[in-house]
Amino acid sequence: MNCELAETTIHGYFDGELDAVRSAEFERHLEHCPQCQAALEGIESLRMQLQQSDLYQHASPELREKVRKQLAQETRKAGFTPGLSWKRWFLLPTFGTLAAAAAVITIMLFVLPAHRESTLTTELIDAHVRSLQPAHLFDVQSTSQHTVKPWFDGRLDFIPPVADYATEGFPLVGGRLDVVDGHNVAALVYARRKHFINVFIWPYREKEPIAESSGSRQGYNWVAGKSGDMQIYLVSDAAPSDLSELKSLLQQ
Amino acid sequence: MLDPQDRIRFEQLVLPHLDSAANLARWILRNRADSDDVVQEATLRAYRFFGQFHGGDARAWLLQIVRNTCYTWLQKNRPSELMTEFDEEVHQRPSANPETLATQADERRRLMSALETLSPRFREVLVLRELEGCSYKEIGEITEIPIGTVMSTLSRARERLRQALTGAARLSGTAAKEVS
Repeated sequence: MNCELAETTIHGYFDGELDAVRSAEFERHLEHCPQCQAALEGIESLRMQLQQSDLYQHASPELREKVRKQLAQETRKAGFTPGLSWKRWFLLPTFGTLAAAAAVITIMLFVLPAHRESTLTTELIDAHVRSLQPAHLFDVQSTSQHTVKPWFDGRLDFIPPVADYATEGFPLVGGRLDVVDGHNVAALVYARRKHFINVFIWPYREKEPIAESSGSRQGYNWVAGKSGDMQIYLVSDAAPSDLSELKSLLQQ
Repeated sequence: MLDPQDRIRFEQLVLPHLDSAANLARWILRNRADSDDVVQEATLRAYRFFGQFHGGDARAWLLQIVRNTCYTWLQKNRPSELMTEFDEEVHQRPSANPETLATQADERRRLMSALETLSPRFREVLVLRELEGCSYKEIGEITEIPIGTVMSTLSRARERLRQALTGAARLSGTAAKEVS
């Protein structure tokens, strides 16, 4: 007795790749087919073995370093000289050096924080746009704060505040991990009519404070602020007033 | 041509998937030193082609380039590995070890050598599905297998791996008996 399904469909079923109808059909078949039951157990235990044996080969720090260096080289080759111009300034004679130092200090005091904030905003808007692509919005999909909150447990080194504001018109729809500015952050997703609002949350860093601010770029609106000891950053194509409203809810 | 803005975007979108790139290349080439070289080359190529990336799944995009670079490298340096028929039987049994199954480290070694006896094309779909968690669509994109045949390829790959593992267990079982 050889069940054909045990060789094909069962894999699609096991991998969650069948549509609802075929999946239900297969489940009905599975009830009466010992061969498929055994096969399912087999591929399940194979997966367990593979996933629990530490087989994943991460990139080594050396490889990361090499890749980064190579990119920098490639960028320079293309005619961009990030960093180089600074060195050149410092090679100028004394007066020049002083002037340069003054310029550098000015840049560090005023321009860099603004620049950091601006790249951060770009990064968060990118993260928002990315999250709207199919299957990217949530890692955990739930309207319940009691499901979303524990999900973050152990995935982050901080505990983000998670609350549902459905009654205020901002139902919580899910959560996700994201990486922003090299740090892991929590992203909560709220719905507002037909829009999604990403709320990025990470612990407030004193050295890198982000002012209460708001703005819009590329058609997306953002609002930044502090909530308790967390930094919050809301990004969406919803109206700025909606964002401010949700922000004040989050800050209560 | 790439500008500094592109470099930032590349670092944000593509570089976070360097682990995935390293993992796939290591499993296709079965060797760290070679796979590190290939990953380096592949990321450079990805960077040069970045202008052609129009959003979408950055991981799949990078992995596709990594995979192509791996196969080009194999073609040049170890062409015999590509000669092995896609459908062939598992040709070498992992060497018998009488004391296997004792510890987790042994279990890991056993799985590794079983995986490494598979042809690269079976190994890659297993790695993408079981270690990388890719969907069939992503696997199809990365390996250029038509999506309709991803399922059957995976099915055969799992079966080959199972055979390789039971082969090893059977051999080590016999060996254990002979020792006692």
